[in-house]
Amino acid sequence: MREIDTKSVTETISRLLQDACYRLSDDVLTALGQAYEKEESPASRHALARLLENAEVASRDDVPLCQDTGMAVVFLELGQDAHIVGGNLYEAIQEGTRRAYAEGYLRKSVVDRPFSSRVNTRDNTPAVIHTTIVPGEKLKITALSKGFGSENMSRLAMLPPAKGRRGVIDFVVECVEAAGANPCPPVIVGIGIGGTAEKCMLLAKEALLRRVGDPHPDSEVAELETEILKRINELGIGAMGYGGRITALAVHVEVFPTHIASLPVAVNLQCHSVRHREAVL
Amino acid sequence: MKASVTIARTITLPLSDEVLETLHAGDELLLTGTMYVGRDAAHKRMVETLEAGGLLPVDLKGQVIYFMGPTPARPGKIVGSAGPTSSYRMDTYSPRLMAEGLKAMIGKGMRSGEVKEAMKKYKAVYLGAIGGAGALISSSIRKVDVVAYDDLGPEALRRIEVQDFPATVINDIYSGDLYDIGRSQFRIADHHG
Repeated sequence: MREIDTKSVTETISRLLQDACYRLSDDVLTALGQAYEKEESPASRHALARLLENAEVASRDDVPLCQDTGMAVVFLELGQDAHIVGGNLYEAIQEGTRRAYAEGYLRKSVVDRPFSSRVNTRDNTPAVIHTTIVPGEKLKITALSKGFGSENMSRLAMLPPAKGRRGVIDFVVECVEAAGANPCPPVIVGIGIGGTAEKCMLLAKEALLRRVGDPHPDSEVAELETEILKRINELGIGAMGYGGRITALAVHVEVFPTHIASLPVAVNLQCHSVRHREAVL
Repeated sequence: MKASVTIARTITLPLSDEVLETLHAGDELLLTGTMYVGRDAAHKRMVETLEAGGLLPVDLKGQVIYFMGPTPARPGKIVGSAGPTSSYRMDTYSPRLMAEGLKAMIGKGMRSGEVKEAMKKYKAVYLGAIGGAGALISSSIRKVDVVAYDDLGPEALRRIEVQDFPATVINDIYSGDLYDIGRSQFRIADHHG
């Protein structure tokens, strides 16, 4: 049985989160560059140029891309034949998060008792952890630093099945329209369709982890993505909400079977500052 | 009225009424001078102080407030990443601060009808900074001092000096709103029924 030391898990989490907060990945830079080329609105183009400049300044001057360095969300795909040694796996992830936010000079934005005292936990823990058990003996870790300007614009609808494909599209477009300038467009739109309420929202979040603009492998789902993207970009919101043709860089949909009585749809928005990284141990 | 990008105008802070009257939704500005920085918790505390009959820790008359909570500064640096936070969370508090003389707010995202009414009443403007451009904006900040509520950490009330801080006029004193203007200019009419 293959052994994986929790020490390497901690180090990996810390490295992934810091890297994500300081450097935009190639797919995101490419998408922003293409948006800049395509955009017709001078105000939006101006904003997109500033965002590309921001990415350069961030890596040159060692300053985080955005001051909202988010809440950490960690996805684990744990091979069932791997053996974790050296301590508690989840505690290793929290320690990695703690280390990333301290050593990386990232903002500690997490508060305890959300409904009352809202006291800062001072180390940005706890990270939110989602685990899947998969075949094999490896551990795949994906770390996402999720900003809340966009997270706050998330929505879930348990539609009646009669609403169908059209109902799904209308709900998503309504969400993006209502969010307007708030989630820092151009956004990535993560959509979950199906499952239960919580499964649907998780699908929407997982959809954000796909490389920006990669279509879904199923052609029916990919067509739905294309149609929703077109509708969203007809809204005219544009970069920063200043008016323009590019409101979303991409729409990613993930699908799961659901109950005969429902058509769950979840929308999870990601601002243009897409910050996630993955590694395999 | 059209949203257009003009050459950015250099504006000195704090803003005089004469300058305020020349600002229009869509104008690109480069701000130089002094502004205050505060977000949710600092706003809550300021308004609670006023409601209790107390005095604000700083005089807001004629001043600018930037909705921002920075990342920690690295050793040798004066500030970390310093972009705007969503402004709607300050909507509950902003009219009360405008009544104290606040003349401009800088943030990102839409404001409520009440805030827009108050801007008209008190002759104040709302400026947009580019959300997610915290590294770029931080390079325009020359000096940072915590002036109150140190216990709030990233949410403490700060005074900063900026040079060529990039901002866009969202709401002017004539009810112009860049978000409405921009959207209506680029929206493709709903032909989906």
